[in-house]
Amino acid sequence: MLDRLQALGHIGLEGLSALGRSGSLLAHVLIARPRPMVMFPLLLKQIYFVGVLSLVIILVSGTFIGMVLGLQGYTILVSYGSEQAVGQMVALSLVRELGPVVTALLFAGRAGSALTAEIGLMKATEQLSSLEMIGVDPYRRIIAPRFWAGFICLPILAAIFSTVGVWGGALVSIDWLGIYEGSFWANMQQSVDFYDDVLNGLIKSVVFGFVVTWVAVYQGYDCVPTSEGISQATTRTVVYASLWVLGLDFILTALMFGDF
Amino acid sequence: MRTRVVEISVGGFMLTGILALILLALNVSGLKVSDSGSSYRVLARFENIGGLAPRAKVTLSGVQIGQVKSIEIDERMLMAVVAMDINSSVDYLSRDSSAQILTAGLLGEQYIGITPGADDEMLEDGDALENTQSALVLENLVSKFLFNKVSE
Repeated sequence: MLDRLQALGHIGLEGLSALGRSGSLLAHVLIARPRPMVMFPLLLKQIYFVGVLSLVIILVSGTFIGMVLGLQGYTILVSYGSEQAVGQMVALSLVRELGPVVTALLFAGRAGSALTAEIGLMKATEQLSSLEMIGVDPYRRIIAPRFWAGFICLPILAAIFSTVGVWGGALVSIDWLGIYEGSFWANMQQSVDFYDDVLNGLIKSVVFGFVVTWVAVYQGYDCVPTSEGISQATTRTVVYASLWVLGLDFILTALMFGDF
Repeated sequence: MRTRVVEISVGGFMLTGILALILLALNVSGLKVSDSGSSYRVLARFENIGGLAPRAKVTLSGVQIGQVKSIEIDERMLMAVVAMDINSSVDYLSRDSSAQILTAGLLGEQYIGITPGADDEMLEDGDALENTQSALVLENLVSKFLFNKVSE
């Protein structure tokens, strides 16, 4: 009985100290005085790795999700005789929900895991400690550029995802299913509002970018410096980041689109 | 050389993102840049607005000339007061024009149709339309139809 209680206490303390460590990591990253001349090339390189190289998966999955939405929406709406509304459905679900969320999930799998593995391996091979030995702040040199790169890239990727998805949906519904082009776009423009829908979706993706890269960077920095530890940390990055994204998405949706 | 490739592709990436956002704004949400400030406000009282909502379009002969700004209730007359913003380029609506709530398609969204009158004076900012026709409410229509059937 007492052993069980002790185990529970242990889990609680572990969780609290992990929260503290991740918080202090975030504080270090945010406070780290930026030196533009040093920071900028590093940031550029990370944006290349995290953003530009993620473009292909974002473009392909965006197109296909848009196409599937068009197809599914059509088969449902056609039974109510209002298949012109498919443009509205595709655009609203992409801009509000699927754009930010699916991009964040793909980003966690494609870029987040890579960030964790890279930082974890640096820790395991003691590159981080050697940097400290020669007087270079690893937070400023390694962690901060990666964090900001993820933070910057995710909103851009989400905007690209939504745009490509709308294009995919238009492709299917106009060219394939034969919905009249004018009513497709008119319905969409009537119902999608720039501030309520597009900007709120963008805010969502900013929040997701913050959380996903925070989790990825923290898991890498905090991992057990063995090959097994790195593999566990990578898995944890994908799992935790996805859970955070889905949970936060519900809260943000309730705040933005709920009636309170 | 290597840095050049990285920098160019990052530049292209950011440009694509901005372009995507602009496309979303202009093409998907129909945001208009030049539209602000060039409209005048017209009020209309309706007995029943049905499913009319703010941002619904205001049309003349089916062409959009403005949009519904707000819908409130007049506490004294117990009617709905609809405020519409009509583009200032449309300055040829006479004062006795009438407003009608129409439905796009069988189950589509509702909008306001303006029918011009014959008066010489034109509508100005803050004017109210006197002739209005309420929205068609399906339940009322059905009950009227049933009532007629029974009385036959």
